[in-house]
Amino acid sequence: MTGTYITDRDGMAVVKLDTGYNIGVSPGAVHLLERPAPQPAATPVVVQNPELPELAIISTGGTIASRVDYRTGAVTSQFSASDILRAIPELGDIARYRSRQLASILSENMRPSIWQELARSIHAEIESGASGVIVTHGTDTMAYSAAAVSFMVKSPVPIVFVGSQRSADRPSSDNAMNALCSAAVATGDLGEVAVVMHDTTSDDRCAVHRATKVRKMHTSRRDAFASIGMPPIGYVDYPSLEVSLSGEAVRRGTHDLELADDLEERCGLLHFVPGMPPEILDTFEGYAGLVLSGTGLGHVRTEWIPRLSELIAGGTTVVMTSQCLHGRVCDRVYDTGRDLLGIGVIEGEDMLPEAALVKLMWVLAREDDPGTVRALMQENLRGEIRRGSR
Amino acid sequence: MEYDYAEIGLKAGIEIHQQLDTAEKLFCRCPTALRDTAEHTDEFSRYLRATESELGEIDRAAQEEMRLVRRFRYYTYDTVCLVEHDEEPPAPLNPEALSVCLTIAKMLAMTPIEQVHTMRKLVIDGSNTSGFQRTALVALNGTLPGDCRVETICLEEEAAQRVEDETFSLDRLGIPLVEITTAPCMHTPGDVQAVARQIGMVLRSTGKVKRGLGTIRQDVNVSIRDGARVEIKGVQELDLIAEVVRREVQRQVGLLGIRDELRARGASVDPAVTDVTDLFAETQSAILKKAKNILAVCLPGFAGLIGREIQPGRRLGSEMADYAKKCGVGGIFHTDELPAYGVTAEEVARLREHLGIGEQDAVVLVAASRQRAGCAAEQVIIRATMALDGVPEETRRMLEGGSTAYMRPLPGAARMYPETDVFPVSIGAGLWESIETPELLTDRAERFHRDLGLDEALARQMAFSERLLLFERAVAEGVRPVLAARTLLGTIRELARDGVGVAAVTDDEVIGLLQAVEAGSAAKEAIPDVLIELARTAGERARQTPEERVAAAIEAVAPAISAADLEAVVRNVVEEREEFVRERGMGALGPLMGVVMKEVRGSVDGKLVAQALKRELERRAS
Ligand SMILES: [Zn+2]
Repeated sequence: MTGTYITDRDGMAVVKLDTGYNIGVSPGAVHLLERPAPQPAATPVVVQNPELPELAIISTGGTIASRVDYRTGAVTSQFSASDILRAIPELGDIARYRSRQLASILSENMRPSIWQELARSIHAEIESGASGVIVTHGTDTMAYSAAAVSFMVKSPVPIVFVGSQRSADRPSSDNAMNALCSAAVATGDLGEVAVVMHDTTSDDRCAVHRATKVRKMHTSRRDAFASIGMPPIGYVDYPSLEVSLSGEAVRRGTHDLELADDLEERCGLLHFVPGMPPEILDTFEGYAGLVLSGTGLGHVRTEWIPRLSELIAGGTTVVMTSQCLHGRVCDRVYDTGRDLLGIGVIEGEDMLPEAALVKLMWVLAREDDPGTVRALMQENLRGEIRRGSR
Repeated sequence: MEYDYAEIGLKAGIEIHQQLDTAEKLFCRCPTALRDTAEHTDEFSRYLRATESELGEIDRAAQEEMRLVRRFRYYTYDTVCLVEHDEEPPAPLNPEALSVCLTIAKMLAMTPIEQVHTMRKLVIDGSNTSGFQRTALVALNGTLPGDCRVETICLEEEAAQRVEDETFSLDRLGIPLVEITTAPCMHTPGDVQAVARQIGMVLRSTGKVKRGLGTIRQDVNVSIRDGARVEIKGVQELDLIAEVVRREVQRQVGLLGIRDELRARGASVDPAVTDVTDLFAETQSAILKKAKNILAVCLPGFAGLIGREIQPGRRLGSEMADYAKKCGVGGIFHTDELPAYGVTAEEVARLREHLGIGEQDAVVLVAASRQRAGCAAEQVIIRATMALDGVPEETRRMLEGGSTAYMRPLPGAARMYPETDVFPVSIGAGLWESIETPELLTDRAERFHRDLGLDEALARQMAFSERLLLFERAVAEGVRPVLAARTLLGTIRELARDGVGVAAVTDDEVIGLLQAVEAGSAAKEAIPDVLIELARTAGERARQTPEERVAAAIEAVAPAISAADLEAVVRNVVEEREEFVRERGMGALGPLMGVVMKEVRGSVDGKLVAQALKRELERRAS
């Protein structure tokens, strides 16, 4: 039996037989016949239409295009504009593209310093004339990155985060539709940071979510992303790619381009659970800021009050959000809440815990007066706080 | 007509796909139950797109599917989860399915793979929500009777069922399936049928395969010398396999004959397509009149050959039409069949004149929108060019009766890559040795005949029956084999055919009834009535044991009658017909049997009734 030797894994040699099947065999049973020279990949050049607006695609590790080598079974992510256009040719009807690969990391390995690099890259692309920016991103922490960018970059043009829930190598992947919808939004009338992903399990519509109000709400479904506390700011029909924006969506050209990329990284987010000992707060000793994800209207156990009080006295800004996600924090109803307000905890209004965290990082990097910090945390800056709750 | 198959070099192989009867699907924990499509709880729609391969090529079969932009619709059920929706990664490979697959492999004397890797096989016809089918090679090199050989056995997930056009039902998606591939080691149509039958028997011997229409499908590979490999998909009836092979041989021989004649005539294909819409401005042909564009393809030297039959109901023209239909046109017209369909002889003559062609030449017309007609004309040119070379390699689908139609090109080999979401499974020596192989059904039939006294036909019928397990249990619990077999294969089937809901009678009740007959508390003759009563009252008195339910049913249809009661009934019947008895003497026994049996409503064994009658008649005669 002959085939192509692929790799050794867990003590077995993996061989791809000529029929296409992989099998695992004892390494001793494999005899090397020949070592074929690697075949260079065919890379036809894609011609872009100079009449169309130019978009910048910045990739951070999320994959919107992959290529499968059926000889070896290897799947590789594609990042160059040319590769992406070959995988999703319809993108060429919407715009022309330049691409930049900022990072190639898993979503869970994202960190604030890369958010900052991302903000600077986006700023540079817009400064040099991009009429919109698409950021490809792994979905796990996409909402954090999008919220962070929306604080750091004020932009006259759309900045659209996009990813895929089902791997781009599969014919059913949501990558192509999400990418096409994001390109439609990026060339459209939007003027803020948004996440564009499937709205339903069907390939019929993408939703446009405000970056500070979006959350991944399912581990695996295509329509995992949801706007919390507000409806999406727009939709893109597929395959017509018609974009409709709500009255609330910030329009193209509303803001001037502005970069404010400082972040205070010594900030944390703590999800309170019943019985959690106050000593856990010791971890945050020396932190500039701490967002609590409390129960219900915004509570933690009474035993935490003294330790929290010490933290705040030591200079840590503490902001309360709710693990309910939906609704507004109100610490004036029950005793514990009133005690929390009494020691200086800031009510995080209807901010999502993650949005509150990146906002706190951004605010603390710019302001150190506690009064100003409190005022900014309770003021709507990027759509993260709404006047009325739903 | 029979050919000398050795002379024409027939080579055939088969691929058998058999659904397994496991509790759960292959990559999720959903049941393997099929649903009525009317019960679907929701639906959703998706597009599929082929991923570009490393070489910048899209698989040739996949590309064919992509010619039409297609949106697929899926029906879902409350017995289906997000895995079938392609909305969740697969669960680990179902160990029960692997065990059944290994059992089959062992029965075919195959060698298991040390470590089984699940692959993704590209399938973008919509039948898999993911765009690929998960499949794993499990064992190699099995033996079959004769000089034939099984090459591989794979464990795969079943595809979704097509409801209509581009709508699929997700209940079937993910049911475990074994794919058994033989070498091209068969040389006559009869060989193919015999091998298919043998493998089918082995599969059913496991008792773990699904039964019924659509649960087993056979693909047949056929080629002859100078012909080409053609794969015929989805032959469901075993009895048709030989005919399918015979007709494919006929088709290939026919196509080679056409090729030779085309070459002898110096025939060619004109690559230019002519728009002849204006020529048919006044036509009476409904199809041509309706069409926006009519395009003509000239085929110099093809006259008479496009209309030549190559298979029952199939001509070279049918093959061209199959290709053209991929562009969304309804069919083609060709001059071998014209004038017809409202096209007049004058119109044909005008067409020939306009194109400047002679009697030896043929014309194919396609009528549709500009884009579709253009596409279809191109396909006709492609297929006509192939005719000059003989037989194209193709995947074909079976038509009723055993002829076939073109489906798509043969898939290229390179269209698989690893399913990284499923861990490989090692098949250690311990696992392989622990697999027990069941008795072959043919051996079992022989044993039923030899040891249990069933006649050969009944023994075979019983061994291959779905009620085999119930039969074996009944025999183990003391029921005479013939009684058990006749009840299970005869009585119950007949009742079901008459519309009695015998399916609601439980196995325990059937066994209880047969035991009651053996114990003498019910007559053999009462079995149908008691079964009808059990079916009628199914679901009632749910708290009773099966024995109690059987006893109640016997009481209802055939109350117990003591020997003394029987004597009284017999005496009564005879007395009432004194004159008749006097006339006929012992000859009255036969006619009176029926009367007494009716009186006792079948609750006494016929033999006992006959004895009692005989005694009474003898007493009177003396
Ligand atoms: Zn499932």
